[in-house]
Amino acid sequence: MNPLLPLLVLSTLLFAIGFAAVVVRRNAILVLIGIELMLNAANLNFIAFWRYAPHQDPSAGVIFVIFSIAVAAAEAAVGLALVISMFRHYRTVNVDAADSLKG
Amino acid sequence: MTLALAITSLFTAGTALAAISLRNLVHCALALALSFLGLAALYLQLDAQFAGFAQVLVYIGAVAILMLFAILLTRSSERETGSILAPGWVLGAISAAFVFVVLAGTICLSRMLPAPAPVAPEVTVKRIGEDLMTTWILPLQVIGLLLTAALIGAVIIAMRERSSK
Repeated sequence: MNPLLPLLVLSTLLFAIGFAAVVVRRNAILVLIGIELMLNAANLNFIAFWRYAPHQDPSAGVIFVIFSIAVAAAEAAVGLALVISMFRHYRTVNVDAADSLKG
Repeated sequence: MTLALAITSLFTAGTALAAISLRNLVHCALALALSFLGLAALYLQLDAQFAGFAQVLVYIGAVAILMLFAILLTRSSERETGSILAPGWVLGAISAAFVFVVLAGTICLSRMLPAPAPVAPEVTVKRIGEDLMTTWILPLQVIGLLLTAALIGAVIIAMRERSSK
Protein backbone atom coordinates (compact mmCIF):
# COMPACT_ATOMS: atom_id res chain seq x y z
CA MET A 1 0.00 0.00 0.00
CA ASN A 2 1.21 3.45 -0.86
CA PRO A 3 2.30 5.10 2.42
CA LEU A 4 0.69 8.32 1.18
CA LEU A 5 -2.80 6.86 1.49
CA PRO A 6 -3.32 6.78 5.26
CA LEU A 7 -1.86 10.29 5.55
CA LEU A 8 -4.16 11.67 2.87
CA VAL A 9 -7.17 9.97 4.43
CA LEU A 10 -6.25 11.46 7.83
CA SER A 11 -5.88 14.86 6.21
CA THR A 12 -9.34 14.49 4.62
CA LEU A 13 -10.78 13.41 7.97
CA LEU A 14 -9.32 16.45 9.73
CA PHE A 15 -10.68 18.68 6.97
CA ALA A 16 -14.16 17.16 7.31
CA ILE A 17 -14.01 17.56 11.09
CA GLY A 18 -13.04 21.22 10.72
CA PHE A 19 -15.80 21.75 8.20
CA ALA A 20 -18.31 20.13 10.56
CA ALA A 21 -17.19 22.49 13.33
CA VAL A 22 -17.90 25.49 11.11
CA VAL A 23 -21.41 24.46 10.09
CA VAL A 24 -22.69 22.60 13.15
CA ARG A 25 -21.68 24.69 16.13
CA ARG A 26 -23.24 27.96 17.28
CA ASN A 27 -20.25 29.60 18.88
CA ALA A 28 -18.10 31.91 16.76
CA ILE A 29 -14.88 30.76 18.44
CA LEU A 30 -15.66 27.18 17.50
CA VAL A 31 -16.07 28.30 13.90
CA LEU A 32 -12.51 29.67 14.11
CA ILE A 33 -11.33 26.39 15.64
CA GLY A 34 -12.83 24.61 12.65
CA ILE A 35 -11.02 26.92 10.25
CA GLU A 36 -7.71 26.21 12.00
CA LEU A 37 -8.35 22.47 11.73
CA MET A 38 -8.99 22.80 7.99
CA LEU A 39 -5.76 24.74 7.51
CA ASN A 40 -3.86 22.10 9.46
CA ALA A 41 -5.34 19.38 7.30
CA ALA A 42 -4.00 21.15 4.21
CA ASN A 43 -0.57 21.49 5.84
CA LEU A 44 -0.52 17.77 6.58
CA ASN A 45 -1.35 17.12 2.95
CA PHE A 46 1.60 19.23 1.84
CA ILE A 47 4.01 17.50 4.19
CA ALA A 48 2.78 14.06 3.14
CA PHE A 49 3.37 14.81 -0.53
CA TRP A 50 6.69 16.48 0.25
CA ARG A 51 7.88 13.35 2.01
CA TYR A 52 6.70 10.76 -0.46
CA ALA A 53 6.66 12.29 -3.90
CA PRO A 54 9.67 13.08 -6.09
CA HIS A 55 10.34 16.74 -6.74
CA GLN A 56 13.06 18.94 -8.13
CA ASP A 57 13.00 21.58 -5.39
CA PRO A 58 13.54 19.62 -2.18
CA SER A 59 12.56 22.33 0.30
CA ALA A 60 9.48 23.81 -1.40
CA GLY A 61 6.98 21.68 0.55
CA VAL A 62 8.36 22.59 3.96
CA ILE A 63 8.67 26.27 3.07
CA PHE A 64 5.08 26.34 1.84
CA VAL A 65 3.93 24.84 5.12
CA ILE A 66 5.93 27.46 7.05
CA PHE A 67 4.21 30.23 5.12
CA SER A 68 0.84 28.55 5.60
CA ILE A 69 1.40 28.37 9.37
CA ALA A 70 2.33 32.06 9.44
CA VAL A 71 -0.75 33.08 7.45
CA ALA A 72 -3.01 30.93 9.61
CA ALA A 73 -1.65 32.54 12.77
CA ALA A 74 -2.26 36.03 11.36
CA GLU A 75 -5.77 35.08 10.32
CA ALA A 76 -6.54 33.59 13.73
CA ALA A 77 -5.41 36.81 15.38
CA VAL A 78 -7.65 38.97 13.22
CA GLY A 79 -10.59 36.57 13.48
CA LEU A 80 -10.42 36.46 17.25
CA ALA A 81 -10.16 40.25 17.41
CA LEU A 82 -13.35 40.37 15.35
CA VAL A 83 -15.02 37.92 17.76
CA ILE A 84 -14.03 40.09 20.72
CA SER A 85 -15.35 43.18 18.99
CA MET A 86 -18.57 41.35 18.14
CA PHE A 87 -18.96 40.29 21.77
CA ARG A 88 -18.57 43.87 22.87
CA HIS A 89 -21.43 44.87 20.59
CA TYR A 90 -23.87 41.97 20.90
CA ARG A 91 -22.86 40.63 24.34
CA THR A 92 -22.88 37.13 22.85
CA VAL A 93 -20.70 35.09 20.54
CA ASN A 94 -23.59 33.21 19.04
CA VAL A 95 -23.17 33.41 15.27
CA ASP A 96 -26.92 33.73 14.81
CA ALA A 97 -26.91 36.96 16.79
CA ALA A 98 -24.98 38.86 14.13
CA ASP A 99 -27.68 38.76 11.47
CA SER A 100 -28.08 42.39 10.45
CA LEU A 101 -25.77 44.52 8.35
CA LYS A 102 -26.84 47.72 10.09
CA GLY A 103 -24.24 48.81 12.62
CA MET B 1 1.71 1.79 8.04
CA THR B 2 3.72 1.62 11.23
CA LEU B 3 2.27 1.41 14.72
CA ALA B 4 3.67 4.83 15.66
CA LEU B 5 1.97 6.44 12.68
CA ALA B 6 -1.30 4.70 13.51
CA ILE B 7 -1.25 5.80 17.14
CA THR B 8 -0.38 9.41 16.27
CA SER B 9 -3.08 9.54 13.60
CA LEU B 10 -5.69 8.16 15.97
CA PHE B 11 -4.66 10.61 18.65
CA THR B 12 -4.85 13.56 16.25
CA ALA B 13 -8.24 12.59 14.85
CA GLY B 14 -9.63 11.79 18.29
CA THR B 15 -8.60 15.10 19.84
CA ALA B 16 -9.87 16.97 16.77
CA LEU B 17 -13.27 15.30 17.22
CA ALA B 18 -13.20 16.24 20.90
CA ALA B 19 -12.31 19.82 19.97
CA ILE B 20 -15.47 20.24 17.94
CA SER B 21 -17.92 18.34 20.10
CA LEU B 22 -17.32 19.22 23.74
CA ARG B 23 -19.70 21.51 25.54
CA ASN B 24 -17.19 23.50 27.55
CA LEU B 25 -15.32 25.83 25.21
CA VAL B 26 -12.12 25.79 27.25
CA HIS B 27 -12.03 22.00 26.90
CA CYS B 28 -12.48 22.44 23.15
CA ALA B 29 -9.51 24.82 22.94
CA LEU B 30 -7.33 22.46 25.00
CA ALA B 31 -8.32 19.50 22.83
CA LEU B 32 -7.41 21.60 19.80
CA ALA B 33 -3.96 22.24 21.30
CA LEU B 34 -3.55 18.48 21.76
CA SER B 35 -4.58 17.97 18.15
CA PHE B 36 -1.88 20.41 17.05
CA LEU B 37 0.59 18.42 19.15
CA GLY B 38 -0.46 15.23 17.39
CA LEU B 39 0.09 16.91 14.06
CA ALA B 40 3.54 18.11 15.14
CA ALA B 41 4.39 14.52 16.08
CA LEU B 42 3.23 13.44 12.62
CA TYR B 43 5.44 16.04 10.95
CA LEU B 44 8.40 14.79 12.99
CA GLN B 45 7.67 11.23 11.92
CA LEU B 46 7.65 12.39 8.29
CA ASP B 47 11.12 13.95 8.65
CA ALA B 48 9.85 17.52 8.43
CA GLN B 49 11.53 18.63 11.62
CA PHE B 50 11.38 22.36 11.01
CA ALA B 51 7.69 22.20 10.17
CA GLY B 52 7.10 20.17 13.35
CA PHE B 53 8.83 22.68 15.58
CA ALA B 54 7.18 25.61 13.82
CA GLN B 55 3.84 23.89 14.40
CA VAL B 56 4.52 23.60 18.14
CA LEU B 57 5.84 27.15 18.46
CA VAL B 58 3.22 28.93 16.38
CA TYR B 59 0.09 26.85 16.64
CA ILE B 60 0.31 25.61 20.21
CA GLY B 61 2.33 28.54 21.51
CA ALA B 62 0.41 31.32 19.79
CA VAL B 63 -2.85 30.29 18.16
CA ALA B 64 -4.14 28.03 20.95
CA ILE B 65 -3.20 30.59 23.61
CA LEU B 66 -4.91 33.30 21.54
CA MET B 67 -8.05 31.15 21.43
CA LEU B 68 -7.95 30.75 25.21
CA PHE B 69 -7.60 34.50 25.69
CA ALA B 70 -10.51 35.13 23.34
CA ILE B 71 -12.59 32.60 25.29
CA LEU B 72 -11.62 34.44 28.46
CA LEU B 73 -12.44 37.87 27.07
CA THR B 74 -15.80 36.85 25.63
CA ARG B 75 -16.77 34.96 28.79
CA SER B 76 -17.42 31.88 26.68
CA SER B 77 -15.95 29.81 29.47
CA GLU B 78 -19.24 30.07 31.31
CA ARG B 79 -21.49 27.08 30.98
CA GLU B 80 -23.27 27.14 27.64
CA THR B 81 -26.98 26.89 28.24
CA GLY B 82 -29.28 25.47 25.66
CA SER B 83 -28.26 23.65 22.57
CA ILE B 84 -24.68 23.80 21.41
CA LEU B 85 -25.79 22.99 17.88
CA ALA B 86 -26.71 25.61 15.33
CA PRO B 87 -30.14 25.37 13.71
CA GLY B 88 -29.79 23.37 10.53
CA TRP B 89 -26.96 21.29 11.95
CA VAL B 90 -28.26 18.09 10.41
CA LEU B 91 -27.63 19.34 6.89
CA GLY B 92 -24.23 20.58 7.98
CA ALA B 93 -23.24 17.24 9.44
CA ILE B 94 -24.48 15.45 6.33
CA SER B 95 -22.45 17.77 4.09
CA ALA B 96 -19.33 17.24 6.20
CA ALA B 97 -19.75 13.48 5.95
CA PHE B 98 -20.36 13.81 2.23
CA VAL B 99 -17.18 15.86 1.79
CA PHE B 100 -15.18 13.24 3.67
CA VAL B 101 -16.63 10.28 1.78
CA VAL B 102 -16.18 11.83 -1.66
CA LEU B 103 -12.62 13.05 -1.03
CA ALA B 104 -11.44 9.90 0.73
CA GLY B 105 -13.08 7.71 -1.88
CA THR B 106 -11.43 9.62 -4.70
CA ILE B 107 -8.06 9.40 -2.99
CA CYS B 108 -8.32 5.67 -2.30
CA LEU B 109 -9.52 4.83 -5.79
CA SER B 110 -7.06 7.12 -7.47
CA ARG B 111 -4.47 5.72 -9.84
CA MET B 112 -2.58 8.99 -9.99
CA LEU B 113 -0.72 8.78 -6.69
CA PRO B 114 3.04 8.94 -7.25
CA ALA B 115 5.28 6.01 -6.43
CA PRO B 116 6.64 6.73 -2.96
CA ALA B 117 10.21 7.92 -2.57
CA PRO B 118 11.96 5.69 -0.03
CA VAL B 119 14.23 8.37 1.45
CA ALA B 120 13.09 11.72 2.75
CA PRO B 121 14.49 14.76 0.95
CA GLU B 122 17.49 16.08 2.83
CA VAL B 123 16.37 19.46 4.09
CA THR B 124 18.36 21.11 6.84
CA VAL B 125 17.51 24.34 8.61
CA LYS B 126 20.51 25.87 6.84
CA ARG B 127 18.98 24.87 3.53
CA ILE B 128 15.62 26.32 4.48
CA GLY B 129 17.29 29.56 5.55
CA GLU B 130 19.20 29.81 2.28
CA ASP B 131 16.08 29.10 0.24
CA LEU B 132 14.04 31.64 2.17
CA MET B 133 16.66 34.28 1.50
CA THR B 134 17.18 33.51 -2.18
CA THR B 135 14.36 31.70 -3.94
CA TRP B 136 11.56 32.71 -1.59
CA ILE B 137 12.65 36.21 -0.63
CA LEU B 138 9.58 37.90 -2.07
CA PRO B 139 7.04 35.69 -0.24
CA LEU B 140 9.10 36.20 2.92
CA GLN B 141 8.82 39.98 2.69
CA VAL B 142 5.12 39.73 1.86
CA ILE B 143 4.57 37.50 4.90
CA GLY B 144 6.34 40.08 7.06
CA LEU B 145 4.07 42.78 5.70
CA LEU B 146 1.02 40.57 6.15
CA LEU B 147 1.87 39.80 9.76
CA THR B 148 2.45 43.47 10.53
CA ALA B 149 -0.84 44.46 8.92
CA ALA B 150 -2.68 41.63 10.70
CA LEU B 151 -1.33 42.59 14.10
CA ILE B 152 -2.09 46.27 13.66
CA GLY B 153 -5.52 45.41 12.34
CA ALA B 154 -6.25 43.04 15.21
CA VAL B 155 -5.27 45.66 17.78
CA ILE B 156 -7.43 48.30 16.13
CA ILE B 157 -10.42 45.98 15.78
CA ALA B 158 -10.28 44.78 19.37
CA MET B 159 -9.46 48.16 20.87
CA ARG B 160 -12.02 49.65 23.16
CA GLU B 161 -13.69 52.47 21.26
CA ARG B 162 -12.91 55.84 22.76
CA SER B 163 -16.14 57.73 23.39
CA SER B 164 -15.73 61.05 21.59
CA LYS B 165 -17.43 63.35 24.05
